[in-house]
Amino acid sequence: MSKLYSGAEIVFKCMEDQNVEHIFGYPGGAVLPIYDELQNFKSIKHVLVRHEQGAGHAAEGYARSSGKPGVILVTSGPGATNVVTALTDAYMDSIPLVCISGQVPTHLIGTDAFQECDTTGITRPCTKHNWLVKDVNDLAETIHKAFEVATTGRPGPVLVDIPKDIQFQKAKYKKPKKEKKINGKSHNHFSQRSIDELINLMSKSSKPIFYTGGGVINSGPRASELLRELVYATGFPITSTLQGLGSFPGDDSQFLGMLGMHGTYEANNAMHDCDLMINIGARFDDRITGKIDEFSPKSKKVHIDIDPSSINKNVKVDLAIVGDVKNVISSILKSLKQKKSKFLKSNKQKTSKWWEKIQKWRSVRSLDYIGSEETIKPQYAIERLYELTKDKDSYITTEVGQHQMWAAQHYKFNKPNRWMTSGGLGTMGYGLPAAVGVQVAHPKKLVIDIAGEASVLMTLQEMSTAVQYNLPIKIFILNNEYMGMVRQWQELLHDKNYSESYTAALPDFVKLAEAYNCVGIRAKTPEELDDKIIEMLNTNRPVIFDCMVDKVENCFPMIPSGKPHNQMILGPKDQESNKITGKGKSLV
Amino acid sequence: MSNSKSAYSLSNKKERFDTHIIVVWVDNEAGVLARVVGLFSGRGYNIESLAVAQVDEKLKISRITIVTTGTPQVVNQIKLQLKKLVPVHKVADFKREDKAVIFKEMALFKIVGPNNKLESALKACKKYNPVLLDKTKKSNVIQITALRREIDKMSNDLKKFGLVSVSRTGAVAMTRGADIFK
Repeated sequence: MSKLYSGAEIVFKCMEDQNVEHIFGYPGGAVLPIYDELQNFKSIKHVLVRHEQGAGHAAEGYARSSGKPGVILVTSGPGATNVVTALTDAYMDSIPLVCISGQVPTHLIGTDAFQECDTTGITRPCTKHNWLVKDVNDLAETIHKAFEVATTGRPGPVLVDIPKDIQFQKAKYKKPKKEKKINGKSHNHFSQRSIDELINLMSKSSKPIFYTGGGVINSGPRASELLRELVYATGFPITSTLQGLGSFPGDDSQFLGMLGMHGTYEANNAMHDCDLMINIGARFDDRITGKIDEFSPKSKKVHIDIDPSSINKNVKVDLAIVGDVKNVISSILKSLKQKKSKFLKSNKQKTSKWWEKIQKWRSVRSLDYIGSEETIKPQYAIERLYELTKDKDSYITTEVGQHQMWAAQHYKFNKPNRWMTSGGLGTMGYGLPAAVGVQVAHPKKLVIDIAGEASVLMTLQEMSTAVQYNLPIKIFILNNEYMGMVRQWQELLHDKNYSESYTAALPDFVKLAEAYNCVGIRAKTPEELDDKIIEMLNTNRPVIFDCMVDKVENCFPMIPSGKPHNQMILGPKDQESNKITGKGKSLV
Repeated sequence: MSNSKSAYSLSNKKERFDTHIIVVWVDNEAGVLARVVGLFSGRGYNIESLAVAQVDEKLKISRITIVTTGTPQVVNQIKLQLKKLVPVHKVADFKREDKAVIFKEMALFKIVGPNNKLESALKACKKYNPVLLDKTKKSNVIQITALRREIDKMSNDLKKFGLVSVSRTGAVAMTRGADIFK
């Protein structure tokens, strides 16, 4: 008879077989048997966070930067509810997470026991799938299945809820099945005919554009290599969503920058005026399309996506190719080489007028801003950060708000998996714990959280985690004392009624850093900025960098309230800038 | 703020709504109905009626029949979203007008009154295969199977004969002829 293991041991044996190296968690009553076993499994390192939301975002950062699923271990009740925001965030941005939660013993389920909650009920709408394990004999199979569901098809979070008595009970351990059974939920059977049709559309088009998204990143580094090959082979312009940044080099001449609400003038106008749009791994989000009725009215639209339910969800497309991005692009390249080996040459003339038009839009220089010698402009801060770190293969996370958009606009990414930001859910407080997770996955790399002072306060307690594990993350706060994006919308859309968007009693971030036993640095003027950034980069410890920036700078360009792509608001270069005096603050 | 502007575009296109019958084969496991129903409520889809029961004891497969309304785009989304759920095996979808499919609902009517009214009630149900399930001196329980609108009509018509209670199921569906749902 084969050996019997306790449920708690089975949890770790499963993780070993799934090649899990790190888990992010927080102990509590209902997971104590699992924590009791932790010391017996040396290959698995546990990172103790300070709040379960932090565990979730750290696991997200870990997953996005490494391509491996992030693993979370939390207790029942508040442990599970605290992780819900991170699970929802991962669900929106298609990040593979496996969350193991403790539950009260099976005989107490439904009795309103201490720290009981309906975890599978609460997390059902924010996971790909979840399980409540009521029989220890199902445990191993369930956990292996959980890893499979999280990582196949369109990735996403899953949760396995394990009652405490199941953790004690004994059963045989089952290894994962060798062949990956896909259960019909992963789709990768596109036809050669659809590829031929796409190539036909491409050869007819005189105003084409590639519109790429997070699906390229999720498909693995090979997909980004193939995308570059495809873009160079066709000579077409390319724009990317927030999540797709890094899959194509940000400083390449064929790259038009990010599109969408705060995208560049050239990217949005090209999307509006194109005659062929090739969407690769993006999902026509409302922040991308603007007014949907007037979205790219004259184009044929092609959509390449692994998730069949993404097709025709928001925008009707003319050709859908359901499949894994790297397989689809590789088929396109193969057919292109066979049938149209001189594509680039024949196409150059056809698209030359289109490129002229794009150059004209480019010449507007929509990301420009009015510089200053007295105050640090937030865009300038990001530009300097980029210039001083661009040869370091750095990993950037962000919080949510203006700083996030400025980072997306001004920091150029050349590799996939280097940019971790909460796009779909827009979770303030994402960046700091995500940076913790990234640094755990890449201990030797430079990891920077570009943050806002409001966002970072939501999960700041994770600095303590960073210090405990010697994770030298850099928290680069663009501090304008406002919830900047809220303030901007109030200025532009709510008659400058700055309701509750000013934070009157901010902590001293330098002292706060010292309290956490990490390093605090403050920059107040553009003149000292470079030196201070260099000081930060030379510090091999966690740093909180308090960058005091212009308080009322707005993020432009911007597609306003329900407008189409070609009606953008450009920056205030020739406008009278909307300075707020003391009156703005006294409104709060 | 009356003049605040939404960043979301409001579509003012009016599209036609169709009634569809969606048939879903699922693993009969804990929470599976909650997954299906939660998908509908979470994404704002309608449920007009729902019928569910296990149809294969050995494989533990349940068959869920859902009557819903939506634009063609929404109905397409419903199908695709359902197919993504892990315990869902297959999904079939039909328009209510589809002649190749039989749709039936069952209703139980309790009539209380004098004998002549009880008989009139039974007679009124004649078209819908009435079955007299229970009979006392003062009351009848009649079972009929019919279409939704027919049952609606009967629920109304039987009032004058002493209808005191109605219980009805959601629609179930099956293809005509030798074909089965694919």
